[in-house]
Amino acid sequence: MDTQTTYNYKVVRQFAVMTVVWGIVGMLVGVIIAAQLVWPQLNFDLPWLTYSRLRPLHTNAVIFAFGGSALFTTSYYVVQRTCQVRLISDKLAAFTFWGWTLIILLAAITLPLGITTSKEYAELEWPIDILIAVVWVTYAIVFFGTVLKRKTPHIYVANWFFGAFIITVAILHIVNSAALPISMTKSYSVYAGTIDAMVQWWYGHNAVGFFLTAGFLGIMYYFVPKQAGRPVFSYRLSVVHFWSLISIYMWAGPHHLHYTALPDWTQSLGMAFSILLLAPSWGGMINGIMTLSGAWHKLRTDPILKFLIVSLSFYGMSTFEGPMMSIKTVNALSHYTDWTIGHVHSGALGWVAMVSIGAIYALIPHLFGRKQMYSIKLIDTHFWISTIGVVLYIVSMWIAGVMQGLMWRAVNADGTLTYSFVESLERMYPYYIVRLLGGAMFFVGMLIMAYNMWKTIAGSEPADDAIPQTA
Amino acid sequence: MNIINFHSVYTLLMLIVFVGICFWAWSSKRKKFFSDAANLPFADDDIAAHSAQKLQEEENKHE
Repeated sequence: MDTQTTYNYKVVRQFAVMTVVWGIVGMLVGVIIAAQLVWPQLNFDLPWLTYSRLRPLHTNAVIFAFGGSALFTTSYYVVQRTCQVRLISDKLAAFTFWGWTLIILLAAITLPLGITTSKEYAELEWPIDILIAVVWVTYAIVFFGTVLKRKTPHIYVANWFFGAFIITVAILHIVNSAALPISMTKSYSVYAGTIDAMVQWWYGHNAVGFFLTAGFLGIMYYFVPKQAGRPVFSYRLSVVHFWSLISIYMWAGPHHLHYTALPDWTQSLGMAFSILLLAPSWGGMINGIMTLSGAWHKLRTDPILKFLIVSLSFYGMSTFEGPMMSIKTVNALSHYTDWTIGHVHSGALGWVAMVSIGAIYALIPHLFGRKQMYSIKLIDTHFWISTIGVVLYIVSMWIAGVMQGLMWRAVNADGTLTYSFVESLERMYPYYIVRLLGGAMFFVGMLIMAYNMWKTIAGSEPADDAIPQTA
Repeated sequence: MNIINFHSVYTLLMLIVFVGICFWAWSSKRKKFFSDAANLPFADDDIAAHSAQKLQEEENKHE
């Protein structure tokens, strides 16, 4: 195939297919651990299948394997299409795909074996961390090299978000993973005590802010206008959205450490910045949704647009809930309860997964020379089953979380605790079952997507769009 | 300059930068600049020439 006149869609195709595959794997592990919380004997007394080992496997698989692949797919596609040049290097792009795949496989082996740094979302041990850093820097070279080579006068706003995501994740990963190895499989953080906790949650919350938000906002700013067939509601708002979001997110981490040994002023600072975050988050959400103004009727017939717009609604909901939960007095009730789990999943399933699913559905036909997906009706089915799944998940966790918070803090007149922990756990059964049901529905949706993708791709030939030669 | 003065000045500076970005973004001089940028997703064709041709052939077959 002529490599001078077409875009590099090969790497985009590889990542697009793997997004669906890793989505299925990661969500399956999620369904298994949700079932373990209802029926603990499902770990079969095998150490590799214990909740404590599978839970980081689930989070790593859905965030970095599924979400990461979705981000590689869309950023490589969008940067080429909006800069109107091919990726600067096919070899380096291929290296990021195979490197990222190797990292995921290593994670899938080491985490069940119990090899972990025990830092949340940064559990992988130091040799894998080094590999991640190398792949990530290569990703940055490919992405920014392509931006530098662009034939268009502007850097489209989606690329600004992708760029911020790539730079920040590199910094976060390298700083938080600094460790002293004592063997190939064990290392200790170079930070100690409270500082270690603060660095970890500076990393942890910015992983949410830049990996799970900025990158996916990049997806939103390209695919919502594209699918709606009209430019974004306000490009100027998107500029202000970008700069305010990236400046404020950096400081929100301390809200994970309310009422701990972290100094009070740091906690209050984290809370203040978290509340401020409501403004840019909602600015972005409104910008995305209002892109449809005058074209609302398209929502009736286009399930891909439904995925994209509903994902923005969930984004708005969880970015309202987040600032509220960061308020210290609210946090006193919500922290350590299942409310947090509900909040995370309204963001992760409702926003991140649904915007990715919409983008992948929009992309697959283009990448394989088809007019549209094999079945539009199946996309609609997928949309409804996953929407109902998320709602069941979030609502059950809200009820469970608030109940836990209230039971744990209830005290008798003499100052003793009203309930033991096991009493609160016992009350959780019905909600854990509903959560399992909601998660399983979302998982089934991904299987429907895989079938639809398979039927779309089968018998197709890879199609690489031509780069406009006039620019 | 002690730390409190430093942070006060820094906070004020950030506010000015933010207001500056808003004025910059909404200045009427940049209207065309930004509307050109906003149209970038629509600046090129979606279907490669050869796959468009194939789609056409498929359609002809069905007719």
